[in-house]
Amino acid sequence: MVNLKIDGKEISVEEGTTILEAARQNGIDIPTLCFLKDINEVGDCRMCIVEVEGRRGFATSCIQKVEEGMNVSTTSNAVIEARKTVLDLILSNHHRDCLTCNRNGNCELQAIAEKLHVDNVQFEGEKTQKPIDDKSPSIVRDANKCILCRRCVSTCKKVQEIGAIDCVNRGFESCISTSYDSSLNDVNCTFCGQCIEACPTAALREKENIQDVWRKIRDKEAYVVVQTAPAVRVALGEEFGMPIGTNVTGKMVTALKRIGFDKVFDTNTGADLTIMEEANEFIERLKNNGVLPMITSCSPGWVRFAEQNFPENMEHLSSCKSPHQMFGAIIKSYFAEKYNVPKEKICTVSVMPCVAKKYECTRPEMEVDGIRDVDYVITTRELAKMIKQANINFVDLEDTNFDQPMGEASGAGAIFGTTGGVMEAAVRTAVDTLEGKSIDKVEYKEVRGEKGIKEAVLNVAGKEIKIAVASGLANARKIMEQIKEGKSPYHFIEIMACPGGCVMGGGQPIKNSKTRATVDVAQLRKNAIYTIDEKSTIRKSHENPVMKQLYEEFLEKPGSHIAHKYLHVSK
Amino acid sequence: MKTIEDIEKIRKAKREELDLRINTSADTREKHILVCRGTGCTSSKSPKIIENFRRIIEEKNIKNVRVIQTGCFGLCAKGPIVIIRPEETFYAHVKPEDCEEIIQSHICEGKKVERLLCKDIDGSVVDKLDDLTFYKKQKRIALKNCGVIDPEDIDEYIAFDGYKALEKVLTQMTPDEVIDVVSKSGLRGRGGAGFPTGKKWSFAKMEEGKEKYIICNADEGDPGAFMDRSILEGDPNCVIEAMAIAGYAIGANQGYIYVRAEYPIAVQRLKIAIKQAREYGLLGENIFGTGFKFDVDIRLGAGAFVCGEETALLESVEGKRGQPRVKPPYPASKGLFAKPTVINNVETLANITKIILNGAEWYASIGTEKSKGTKVFALGGNVNNVGLVEVPMGTTLREIVYDIGGGIPNGREFKAAQTGGPSGGCIPVQHLDTPIDYESLSSIGSMMGSGGLIVMDDSKCMVDIARFYLDFTVSESCGKCTPCRIGTKRMLEILTRMCEGKAEQDDIYKLETLANNIKNASVCGLGQTAPNPVLSTLKYFKEEYEEHVSDKKCRAGHCKELCDIKIDPQKCKGCGLCKRNCPVNAISGEVKNPHVIDQSKCIKCGTCVDKCPFKAISK
Amino acid sequence: MEEKCVDKKVKDETKEILKNYPKEKDKLIAILNDIQERFGYIPKQAQEEVSEYLSIPMAQIYGVITFYSRFTLSPKGKYNISICLGTACFVKGSQNLLDRAKERLQIEPGQVTPDGKFSIDDVRCVGACGLAPVFMVNDEVYGNATVKEFDEVIDKYMKE
Repeated sequence: MVNLKIDGKEISVEEGTTILEAARQNGIDIPTLCFLKDINEVGDCRMCIVEVEGRRGFATSCIQKVEEGMNVSTTSNAVIEARKTVLDLILSNHHRDCLTCNRNGNCELQAIAEKLHVDNVQFEGEKTQKPIDDKSPSIVRDANKCILCRRCVSTCKKVQEIGAIDCVNRGFESCISTSYDSSLNDVNCTFCGQCIEACPTAALREKENIQDVWRKIRDKEAYVVVQTAPAVRVALGEEFGMPIGTNVTGKMVTALKRIGFDKVFDTNTGADLTIMEEANEFIERLKNNGVLPMITSCSPGWVRFAEQNFPENMEHLSSCKSPHQMFGAIIKSYFAEKYNVPKEKICTVSVMPCVAKKYECTRPEMEVDGIRDVDYVITTRELAKMIKQANINFVDLEDTNFDQPMGEASGAGAIFGTTGGVMEAAVRTAVDTLEGKSIDKVEYKEVRGEKGIKEAVLNVAGKEIKIAVASGLANARKIMEQIKEGKSPYHFIEIMACPGGCVMGGGQPIKNSKTRATVDVAQLRKNAIYTIDEKSTIRKSHENPVMKQLYEEFLEKPGSHIAHKYLHVSK
Repeated sequence: MKTIEDIEKIRKAKREELDLRINTSADTREKHILVCRGTGCTSSKSPKIIENFRRIIEEKNIKNVRVIQTGCFGLCAKGPIVIIRPEETFYAHVKPEDCEEIIQSHICEGKKVERLLCKDIDGSVVDKLDDLTFYKKQKRIALKNCGVIDPEDIDEYIAFDGYKALEKVLTQMTPDEVIDVVSKSGLRGRGGAGFPTGKKWSFAKMEEGKEKYIICNADEGDPGAFMDRSILEGDPNCVIEAMAIAGYAIGANQGYIYVRAEYPIAVQRLKIAIKQAREYGLLGENIFGTGFKFDVDIRLGAGAFVCGEETALLESVEGKRGQPRVKPPYPASKGLFAKPTVINNVETLANITKIILNGAEWYASIGTEKSKGTKVFALGGNVNNVGLVEVPMGTTLREIVYDIGGGIPNGREFKAAQTGGPSGGCIPVQHLDTPIDYESLSSIGSMMGSGGLIVMDDSKCMVDIARFYLDFTVSESCGKCTPCRIGTKRMLEILTRMCEGKAEQDDIYKLETLANNIKNASVCGLGQTAPNPVLSTLKYFKEEYEEHVSDKKCRAGHCKELCDIKIDPQKCKGCGLCKRNCPVNAISGEVKNPHVIDQSKCIKCGTCVDKCPFKAISK
Repeated sequence: MEEKCVDKKVKDETKEILKNYPKEKDKLIAILNDIQERFGYIPKQAQEEVSEYLSIPMAQIYGVITFYSRFTLSPKGKYNISICLGTACFVKGSQNLLDRAKERLQIEPGQVTPDGKFSIDDVRCVGACGLAPVFMVNDEVYGNATVKEFDEVIDKYMKE
């Protein structure tokens, strides 16, 4: 333990602790902007500067480790004056349209301005003027709101190992940009949206589709069907001040109905359908010496990554569309026919924890006979905004169930929202199929957990099946390099673009740096998802009666011609 | 590969041959024509001079005369310079077409070419280099070989005790003893901050780990400073040898020289020196058969002043944007590729071999109590003897400006001297007698810096000078930390407002607030020192700021928006010289009648002021 | 078609340069220096080659190029006029030369005239402080320069 004094308070912390952590552990809240634990520890913004007795210059508390006998002041006159000046300078080059800003109320810069009680900006001067990049269907980049903290750059480069954005130019002209300042749409960006989650301001944000959805809802002719992804329900509550990891499924459904959607369906059901197809595809490949390992294709950020970086290995990807695309196709075919709604009048909206899904739904192959599977994708954050717009007091809402006829989903569908979930769900079905009977084992804990790459060996019907689960694109790259070199030991691999899976998707509620440093957000959201699975009466996709009915009445059997037409990308 | 004995043989033979280089009474029939091939003289055609000399000598079939290219002699204002040894005759402003005459008259007929002999400040013709007042107060340690040897011939370096220090260190001293000598010599970093070199080495030595690095910081970015370049151009081997010694001391086997790509001559000479040293086995495996292994590679900078900051330099050597790292950890523990690294400036290293050979006591006897040895300055600006000077620490500014520099030209008055470049400050006339050392300079608001020393006369506006430096900082700021990225920009905006007569009353207060906070809050040395030019001018020339802000006046007549150039009709004789020289045809008037300036056209370049023979035009 | 040939030439010559370097990321700046030297700027196709060779993302390479003032993204003019704004030259009035250059050529530092004939650079110390103020046209150094002399030099090149 190291003994030191912060703001006159004698404290004792573990060796290797930074001054910032030591202060926070003892109730002293040093402001930060560029700091993002383990990801961006660079000391750029200078908000966290503190004075250490006997030291020349200020210490950077987010980096500087505690030392025995240190006497730290976080509030000396000199520090306060410098910190205020630094903030003043940041604000002097920031487009301060806070009231009409995407991040109004959830902006770290705004919060610090309030905390430091900024009453005017003293050092006004030239401001950065850059065109807004909104060409991509997923992400909007607005350099005029950028404070050069580089949290996005570190996330893109170090966590995802993509490096679509970086710091370019120098001095006052510095900005976060792409090669040749191209649109994110035209570079190696995968649209995973992790940069948005990292951004303290609105310099990076999702491309909103809220107005499109409202227009459709208000259009009397349109029959608007919404579906919600598994990860949305365990995070949406956070936008209304509820604890992280609260399952708000019932309230969410109620809210969606109140907003005015004609039908509210569950993407978990779509996930069950994906398992039916994907498990079947895997078994087929296994039996017929098809291309192995087979890799899941539910995560559009991952798919785009694979296309950009490993075009020669695309045959390893499952031909299955992702759950909401499959479900969209079913809504506009099976459901439309069964309930006699003209398919061209149906508008399908997906609420997703993801911004890459916005791009996915625009991909040319995501349609059947010229009818788009999904018309709009909105994020968890956008849904929260719509609920607020609709004057709904979310926290006090009663619970409602999803609409029939497709309101039933298995626990297997639910766990799609977390890393390892797709694999576990697929295994539950594949094992039963291969063994030819219902196996008691339901939970495969070896594919759960924190690790970036998890692997397991299953003994099924006398066969050894090697599986792996990777989340985060840096891990995806490792898996793919192995395949490229012909050294992959696996049969079946699940890959999700976002570290931790969809619960930590780029469309989820944004957690500030302090929360990310102190709370394991991923774990809390995952726990909620696994609880949903545990409490489900049906825990295997193929045991979902909706699936049975769907195949009997419409799809014939997994992998059938008609299933391919609606549910796969290769027709 | 050469043994100690081989090298000694070369040394002896070559030393005899080169005696005439340093001994004016050398008994020889040989003559060496030394031509400066430093950057300054090279840009005024010294390569052509060398070519001409060699051609003429060949044509005339003259024996016993050699033409040698050397590094900088120091007195750049007199360039291109040719010196003939052993008699040490100093020819100034030599043109390629003068070669014929020099050979014919001086070499063949033994008659010095009077018209080309260098003139001293008082106008007297100087026969010998050492008689010039410019050299009298200098003491050359770091520059010892510059202008004496051919930098592209390692044998010439060896002749003058080259690689003797490395031999001594490897065969007679332990690493700790080496560090001890360097520590006791009192040598401090010449890059600016003045950190004790021995201490730096000992920190790196204490670090565990097999992989360590020595880096020579030759990213001399300070505009108007060219000490390091001159050393590399004139004596590249002394830096390489010192790096090997440092490597031995801390336990490193690899060195890098980070040098600006804008210094092509220095880079070329370094390449040659490294190649020759490798051929002799003075770099590489098992040096002098002692088992010690050391090699040096060159890394080119690509035009970023901030890379002179040691952690930015490390980033750049690693192939990245030169953005400084937050310290600690210091490079001595976590430097290049996260390995212990010592980064020394060129001039610092240039002192090492001399310290090893002559002893710590010798070095410590030069200079002041806390600042030992000598310092090289690039003397420039409004001073007669522009050039490179090396003086003992503690020499006063007055001695440099007036005795060595020969005072201010054009009958102007001294206004300020700027040391430390964009990180330093302006020293006013009342501090002319300040002895130059690390502590004294920082106590008067400037800093040693790397050694740029710019003299300014009374035609300079100090607000504009501050604006000039801030303009430099703004364009060279890496953009990493907020105070430097945005803060210096805001300071520049305020200074620009002042120079354009648009400043508001509270701008001086704002400028000071910004300056103090940027100094405190910036990540690296560049940001922390960027406000110095402003703070020092605010300290000594505040009334000029106040005049710019309140009265919209520039007393120096420099800020164009705050002054008009006027022709005094009483004094104007109507000669038309101003009219003919005006680049924008802003002056009109009939011959023998007073002329007038069209203020809407005038760009205030001042050409007319300088040209008017009657002093009728003023700002 | 012609454009494609140029692309191929750039790619091939970049590959030649890359042969001199191991696949180590810290060689990036050295490689870019060579490319700048070779082409007079750093073409996008060359960046793509380097990106692939060193496995460094394009954005990072772009970030490095735009950081260092020696690297340029477009070719300079046939006559590149460098005006030294080092302190020694500045105190001797080199700003007047720069102002004049901007006025005469109607371009800013870093830009090229529409006909591709001239470009201006404001440089920091070309190392000829003894000749201050100094400007250069390509490699030719003009020392102790006045605005008038500057004009004459520009006139000379304009006629060429």
